[in-house]
Amino acid sequence: MADQLDVAALGAWVREFARSIAEHKDELTALDSAIGDADHGANMDRGMSAAVAALEASPPADPAALLKQVGMTLVSKVGGASGPLYGTFFLRMAGALGPDPADDQTFARALRAGLDGVIARGKAEPGDKTMLDALTPACDALEAALAEGQPFGAALTAAAAAAGEGRDATVPLVARKGRASYLGERSAGHQDPGATSTALLLDAAVTALSGSGG
Amino acid sequence: MARVGLVVVSHSRPLAEAAVTLARQMLPSAEVAVEVAAGTDDGGLGTDAVAVSAAITAADSGDGVVVLMDLGSAVMSAETALELLDDDVRDRVVLSSAPLVEGLVGAVVVAAGGADRDRVAAEALRGLAPKQAHLG
Repeated sequence: MADQLDVAALGAWVREFARSIAEHKDELTALDSAIGDADHGANMDRGMSAAVAALEASPPADPAALLKQVGMTLVSKVGGASGPLYGTFFLRMAGALGPDPADDQTFARALRAGLDGVIARGKAEPGDKTMLDALTPACDALEAALAEGQPFGAALTAAAAAAGEGRDATVPLVARKGRASYLGERSAGHQDPGATSTALLLDAAVTALSGSGG
Repeated sequence: MARVGLVVVSHSRPLAEAAVTLARQMLPSAEVAVEVAAGTDDGGLGTDAVAVSAAITAADSGDGVVVLMDLGSAVMSAETALELLDDDVRDRVVLSSAPLVEGLVGAVVVAAGGADRDRVAAEALRGLAPKQAHLG
């Protein structure tokens, strides 16, 4: 049986997401300059860098404490709408995890709780051209794969693939939330930056967590 | 006489501070608690839910707080800030959908007169009425 999802595994996920955000910072900002306020890459990089710095400065004792610390850092440091959205995502995930290492089903429930938090905070729906268009199919795919009895790594890979498809499917959509919604029809033809960073979050989970979650 | 506090949430600290200056110009000697949570800590544009919750706590004397905000992440940061507060404080807070500048001016005036929280919030919401009446 693979390792459980403990504080070290979840910390590795957060660090990998931060690394990936830094790597794709300019791409995220370029996407946001087409239909938003051109700050998504810089904002997410500032927030995730601060989240990693906080992990180094005061290492959390357990999975719930770790994700709560990440969430609190993001709601404070990101600055833009992705702060309360990603921050609430991690805070709700933390609320669904106990102090003990999580198994794969618990992780899937926590991811769903995070998704519900994003819905409550942003009041968006799938199809609005937001991060939900990547996160919703990812949650669905993870749950379906686990229900079929697939190993955690394969289930995460399916979730990341679904997130990527959801991200790609935002291109023709007309934005109905956020700064992009001011553009109306002119927002069609561009990939959503929030869905793009959410796909990176799922890719980071594949990289960091595939060997865990037994 | 109630002492209702006000909080201004904006992406921009200069914008928030100028709005407070404009509102206080009406009543330069009035003692109304108006706290600002605006901008990122490196001086850029953005909002910070932790700073908003601290501003609400600072503005709260026990009689309630009305929060005015600009747009987008300011609204979501204000909602997130509510989740970070103790239950008893959260129950005393109203997030107002009033226009920031006009709503703040009206709210400061009635808060200075000792109105309760719901009256202050209602006055903020009425903020556009004089301009609408004038322009027809």
